[in-house]
Amino acid sequence: MPYIPHTEAESAAMLAAIGVSSTEELFDEIPAELRVGELAAMPAALNEIEIAHLMEGRAAQDAIGSCFLGAGAYDHHIPAAVWEIVGRGEFYSAYTPYQAEASQGTLQLIYEYQSMMTALTAMDVANASLYDGASALAEAVLMAVRLNRKSASRRVLFPTTVHPRYRQVVQSLVGNQGIKLVDLPYDESGRVDPAALAYGESDCAALVISQPNFFGALEEVDELTNKAHANGLLVIAVVNPVALAILKPPGEWGETGADIVCGEGQPLGIPLSSGGPYFGFMACRQAHVRQMPGRIVGRTEDLDGKTGFTLTLQAREQHIRRSKATSNICTNQGLMVTAATISMAILGPEGLAAKATACHANTAALKATLTALDGVELVFEAPFFHEFVIRLAAPVAEILPALAGQNILAGLDLGNDYPELKNCLLVCATEKRTTSEIDAYVRSLKQLL
Amino acid sequence: MLIFERSSPGRHSRSQLAHSDVALAPLPERFLRKTPPALPEVSELQAVRHYTRLSQKNFSVDTHFYPLGSCTMKYNPRICNTLASLPGFSGRHPAAPASHSQGVLACLYELQEYLKEMTGMAAVTLAPMAGAQGEFTGVAMIRAYHEERGDFGRREILIPDAAHGTNPASAVMCGYKVREIPTAANGDLDVDALAAVVGPETAGIMLTNPSTLGLFERQIVKIAKLIHDAGGLLYYDGANLNALLGKVRPGDMGFDVVHINVHKTFASPHGGGGPGAGPVGVSERLQPFLPVPLASYDGVSYAWEEEDEHPQSIGRLSAFGGNIGVLLRTYIYARILGREGLARVSEYAALNANYLAVRLQEAGFTLAYPKRRASHEFILTMKKEAREHGATAMDFAKRLLDYGYHAPTTYFPMLVPECLLIEPTETESKAELDGFVEAMIKIAGEAKDRIQYLKGAPYDQPVRRLDDVRAARNLDLAWKSDSEVS
Ligand SMILES: Cc1ncc(COP(=O)(O)O)c(C=O)c1O
Repeated sequence: MPYIPHTEAESAAMLAAIGVSSTEELFDEIPAELRVGELAAMPAALNEIEIAHLMEGRAAQDAIGSCFLGAGAYDHHIPAAVWEIVGRGEFYSAYTPYQAEASQGTLQLIYEYQSMMTALTAMDVANASLYDGASALAEAVLMAVRLNRKSASRRVLFPTTVHPRYRQVVQSLVGNQGIKLVDLPYDESGRVDPAALAYGESDCAALVISQPNFFGALEEVDELTNKAHANGLLVIAVVNPVALAILKPPGEWGETGADIVCGEGQPLGIPLSSGGPYFGFMACRQAHVRQMPGRIVGRTEDLDGKTGFTLTLQAREQHIRRSKATSNICTNQGLMVTAATISMAILGPEGLAAKATACHANTAALKATLTALDGVELVFEAPFFHEFVIRLAAPVAEILPALAGQNILAGLDLGNDYPELKNCLLVCATEKRTTSEIDAYVRSLKQLL
Repeated sequence: MLIFERSSPGRHSRSQLAHSDVALAPLPERFLRKTPPALPEVSELQAVRHYTRLSQKNFSVDTHFYPLGSCTMKYNPRICNTLASLPGFSGRHPAAPASHSQGVLACLYELQEYLKEMTGMAAVTLAPMAGAQGEFTGVAMIRAYHEERGDFGRREILIPDAAHGTNPASAVMCGYKVREIPTAANGDLDVDALAAVVGPETAGIMLTNPSTLGLFERQIVKIAKLIHDAGGLLYYDGANLNALLGKVRPGDMGFDVVHINVHKTFASPHGGGGPGAGPVGVSERLQPFLPVPLASYDGVSYAWEEEDEHPQSIGRLSAFGGNIGVLLRTYIYARILGREGLARVSEYAALNANYLAVRLQEAGFTLAYPKRRASHEFILTMKKEAREHGATAMDFAKRLLDYGYHAPTTYFPMLVPECLLIEPTETESKAELDGFVEAMIKIAGEAKDRIQYLKGAPYDQPVRRLDDVRAARNLDLAWKSDSEVS
């Protein structure tokens, strides 16, 4: 019996101790008419050898390919040591650290993680994680609406340069609370034009700024932040944590910095894994910490005055505050944070900056060679981090599968989300892409055009 | 010692420095940061040793018996991790085309089918990333269902007072008011109180069955009829599905929507807080509202179905397809257990819980519901110990750590005073349960003879009881490079 340790003799002794003759009797409070027979549609059990054959076959069935896809999930190198440690049972199979004395490892790690995220973002405090970048943005929107008592508005300015999937998620998660997302279009550089922020009376609680934005371009964050603040809007920054090793941190945007920072933690040491599990991060100003959702770890002392760590400010959370909680989140993405923390510790500021710089350099090289091809046009002229947009002179619906056939994942078709960007691709090259992969991509595309 | 306190300026691991063959045109100054972030500067060995040592300060299923009620801390089979981490799975980009995704989609599609069978529902989405997001999903679909029918008057979700905190919090996120329903003295929901408030305002009810008291809700058929007759729908919080797997299905009990915590019933690890996944099953009438994406199969190949194929969908819950790596572990676990193994889970979970309950009762402890059959978990109340000796549930919980047992869930559900919610799970042996009983007996002795000592527990952990008040009052939430070194 898989994972059930009982011998027949033990089971018999236990049944006798309970005073029943079979396990069947243990279900005697359940009305008989509700009982189900066999789970007929379930297959029979497999042993380890059989399941390994099955899964190895399925894992090998699809080539991974040479990945020039980004769009919110990035193919970065992960130091080998990271998942070796994350996979230790003491991290892998531990519960949420509610019993602080038995969870100092996880708790200290989260405290260190919070510290690293405040350093990266130049904010005061960070939480212990949310589900992913998109749902973290939804939580940030809710938090901003709670915080901005002055405007009491339930509208949020939402540029179309924010990841379109994030927009859909935010819409799904906050729509039922009567919050409206107000479109802010992009200009010919693929960015929000700060001059277009003439909303005056449009009365919004917050402005969302994505840096880099969905097109990979760098927004004029200082000007946007200042303008938003001058109009009484809070600023929600959506940032890439690897980019923050070299880009200006949101805490330093404009005169006073962003108010809430969130984003997708996947680039910090989490495998692509078809899109999850990843983790959402969130940071804010100390003054706003009581409105921040998610678990938070604090440093304190024990009975003997020894330093220790514990979950704190739990009166914000659902298990204490129930219907008045800041969020319904309970289980978060703890193990992913464990990986991110170890990853950041191993890389350090220099390793992370080297990664970010190499991404930018590889992407610059790819951009230069791709846009030199006949039939490829650069769509937006703007400073970029590690993604850019090109328009092809041929239908991407034919080019993409043809390249995929050569195991080149050439980029994301933008036409579905942006009808005006028909035959446009969002392309990314991380530090893992080699010169020969880049050459192969360019060569293959050239033949198809 | 913090990792930051092991840091020395200028130290780094050369082997971790990425470089590019191409020269870089610098970005304009205004976009760049002026000073590097204050991340630790340590060698790879320092980092490895630091975090390995931190791990050793944790309790975990792999190292300790973890009878944490409501959390189902069963063994997380290693093979699930090994196979879900194969490069073909872990390296796959979420936007990779279907032509490059057939292996993973096959697993996800089959998992949807298995969960339909195990819950008795018409369709399943794997998108929600945890139980609470599953709750949000379910309640949002309930709302969409009512509104689709032009029924905008239903403003209330009914929730038992014993429910988990995520239930009311999720209902509020969906724009509902919450009305609490009391529990009767026998542990069942107070059906009369329910009947008195059900009506045209009722959008639905959220129930956990077995309830968070570890008791099967015996009136479930009556409750379902009451709610359905009033036009409301029933939500099943599947946190306790481990108790019923293969015995009773939520769909057969009359539920319209159900979430499953795969990090409980399906053995994916808790990871020190997450990630989990919260697949949601629905009856036919809620099917049009399922969130996207959904894994589909046309008899030839697998694909993701998106919003254009599901125009009434409540939308999207994550940037991609949810916690797929977790779902692969679930799939693997389900295949290893198979048809019969899955049904055995609940048998042995119930055997262990009832055995432990009886043994503890014989040892003099008080069951909160002695007349009821335990499900996969049960509640002790330490009322007597608190009254007679001043030994609280918390004191027992802390002292258990010194005896090498993780504490049961304490003070949940709030309705039972001084409660310990105990869930042994099916993967623990009789010897482990007997050891736990011995430890509880010893602690009861300490409560009688050395209460001051007991109240100082734990003694053998990395720290003793922590000052939570200080933690909340003098907030220290992040190490700062300019703060003093402790
Ligand atoms: C009864 C009950 N309902 C809901 C939840 C929420 O699930 P999750 O933590 O996966 O969001 C839990 C567990 O935490 C629970 O025990």
